[in-house]
Amino acid sequence: MSETAQPTPAPDERVKDLGWRRALIRPELGGIVGTIAVFFFFLLTAYDSGMFNAQGIMNWSVVSAQFMIIAVGACLLMIAGEFDLSVGSMIGFSGMMIAIFSVTLGWPVWMAIVVTFAMALAIGALNGFIVIRTGLPSFIVTLAFLFILRGFTIYLPQTIERKTIIGGIREAAEGDWLGAAFGGKVLQGAFHWMGDIGIIGVFERGTRAGEPVVDGIPMLIVWAIVLVIFGHIVLTKTRFGNWIFAAGGDAEAARNSGVPVNRVKVLMFMFTAFCATVFATCQVMEFGSAGADRGLLKEFEAIIAVVIGGALLTGGYGSVLGAALGALIFGVVQQGLFFAGVESSLFRVFLGVILLGAVILNTYIRRMITGER
Amino acid sequence: MNSRTTHAPIIEMKDIEKHFGSVIALAGVSVEVYPGECHCLLGDNGAGKSTFIKTMSGVHKPTKGEIFFEGQPMSFDGPRDAMNAGIATVHQHLAMIPLMSVSRNFFMGNEPVKKRMGIPFFDHEYADQVTMDEMRKMGINLRGPDQAVGTLSGGERQTVAISRAVHFGAKVLILDEPTSALGVRQTANVLATIDKVRKQGIAVVFITHNVRHALAVGDRFTVLNRGQTLGTAQRGQITPEELQDMMAGGQEMVALEGSLGGTV
Ligand SMILES: Nc1ncnc2c1ncn2[C@@H]1O[C@H](COP(=O)(O)OP(=O)(O)OP(=O)(O)O)[C@@H](O)[C@H]1O
Ligand SMILES: [Mg+2]
Repeated sequence: MSETAQPTPAPDERVKDLGWRRALIRPELGGIVGTIAVFFFFLLTAYDSGMFNAQGIMNWSVVSAQFMIIAVGACLLMIAGEFDLSVGSMIGFSGMMIAIFSVTLGWPVWMAIVVTFAMALAIGALNGFIVIRTGLPSFIVTLAFLFILRGFTIYLPQTIERKTIIGGIREAAEGDWLGAAFGGKVLQGAFHWMGDIGIIGVFERGTRAGEPVVDGIPMLIVWAIVLVIFGHIVLTKTRFGNWIFAAGGDAEAARNSGVPVNRVKVLMFMFTAFCATVFATCQVMEFGSAGADRGLLKEFEAIIAVVIGGALLTGGYGSVLGAALGALIFGVVQQGLFFAGVESSLFRVFLGVILLGAVILNTYIRRMITGER
Repeated sequence: MNSRTTHAPIIEMKDIEKHFGSVIALAGVSVEVYPGECHCLLGDNGAGKSTFIKTMSGVHKPTKGEIFFEGQPMSFDGPRDAMNAGIATVHQHLAMIPLMSVSRNFFMGNEPVKKRMGIPFFDHEYADQVTMDEMRKMGINLRGPDQAVGTLSGGERQTVAISRAVHFGAKVLILDEPTSALGVRQTANVLATIDKVRKQGIAVVFITHNVRHALAVGDRFTVLNRGQTLGTAQRGQITPEELQDMMAGGQEMVALEGSLGGTV
């Protein structure tokens, strides 16, 4: 147990005295192989394009981090045996609520964010309650919320402000402590120093001449890393993590063994809503505006990342680290094809191929681990 | 053997009724279980045996009736309550999750924790250790504690479930057809285990369709039929043939009434 002394996740606590081949057979293997393949591919085809200089790395890191934030929630929920198709609408809705509270109603931004998070958690809990009370598939229940939340996201700004985009959030968030926790940057000193000693490029001209091209790590990336580590530790190293696996593996058996399955599922719906709202808040702070079409199709992107990462669609099996790798693959491919100058429509082709390849590999690995037939 | 039954019962079920909508699964069943006895529950398919033990282990709340645990009226809010009280169960449809590892299954709902920096973490090292030890005691050699239950055979799974219950059943151990998928050696092992824990003063409730298994370890035999008790017989008051007939569905009940001491 000494390797778990600090909360930094060891790759997997269960691999100790096993041969190297057994050590490889893990849920994340598909994600690891996919990540290596994707980086290999782009290092060969797009090395000169700027994809791997400071700006380029920041570019695909930010996109990957966005996917990671929603993938962590979707991953834990999927392992607990449920889906949330309302993630994308939740992103739009949360962003819009922050805008309405802070710009239209003039609340301080921190208050707008806190109240929005509270609303999101309540909606997540409502999703969960409906699912466990009615026994309906979460697929259907959250599909309803996909429409309901999107409807409100369009209706509210149209009635209140007569437009579907509300701007002025950056100005409102000026100097706000909680706004900075989502829209700010960290390690700016380190990046300036790296610019000064020439590790990363600096602007040659303009008002920002002499400043590094990348002047810090956006809080979005910090949130992604924190959520991935948190999700991984909760899932693999706590009692609650065991309940998540059990709830999704076989809810009846878990109940008979005393696992509070309903509580686990409701909490996971709330966590998914929380992740969606983190995404929304970061996005709103970055863009300075909220739009009624934000977050469209994000639920599928989250689910795809999770599945590439080795989770089983029917629940009970999966890995947060795998989902994070799935999100990384997703982000790198999306931005990499742009750097490589490939027609953007081919992104879908590429994504489909990766999805299929990863799922086939994952299924093969999973059968080896779990003895499924 | 009979002297044991002179103690106060550890668990006393009084007029338990359980309705599932319009289905009356239990229509007033009373059973007392004493520390150190093996109480066999017998009866036809659909007689209500599993439903009955589920009310005992906190899975179902009885529609009517009372449960006394160690003399106190008890109302379990869930299986965890019962487990915390020292009642462990092997369910007929095993409460095992094939996708999860043996040690995760073993401690499911009862995870050991170890505090690190004030945060309670799942103590995997302890869980793995105990799982391996308990499985070895039952005569099953695991590849490792991280082996998924799905890779085990049906009998091995049953053995995991039984050793889990033995590990957690501090006061009452409920076994719902635990030997139905076991080989000869493992069956003997389970019967020996029942005998062992009974001698430690633990109450065992044993459901089986096999009369030889029942007679091998049972102290008392309660027969259920269509949600009602046909009566309880002491060991020695009933011949294997009579028990067999009763378990076959009560066809020969008339002949048995005498030997059951008029409790029918
Ligand atoms: N959850 C439920 N909902 C509705 N009816 C149920 C439920 N559980 C059990 N029953 C009914 O209650 C009756 C008793 O079932 P139970 O499982 O207790 O039988 P059993 O004695 O354990 O049989 P077996 O020997 O086949 O295991 C059956 O008629 C069954 O259909
Ligand atoms: Mg049964």
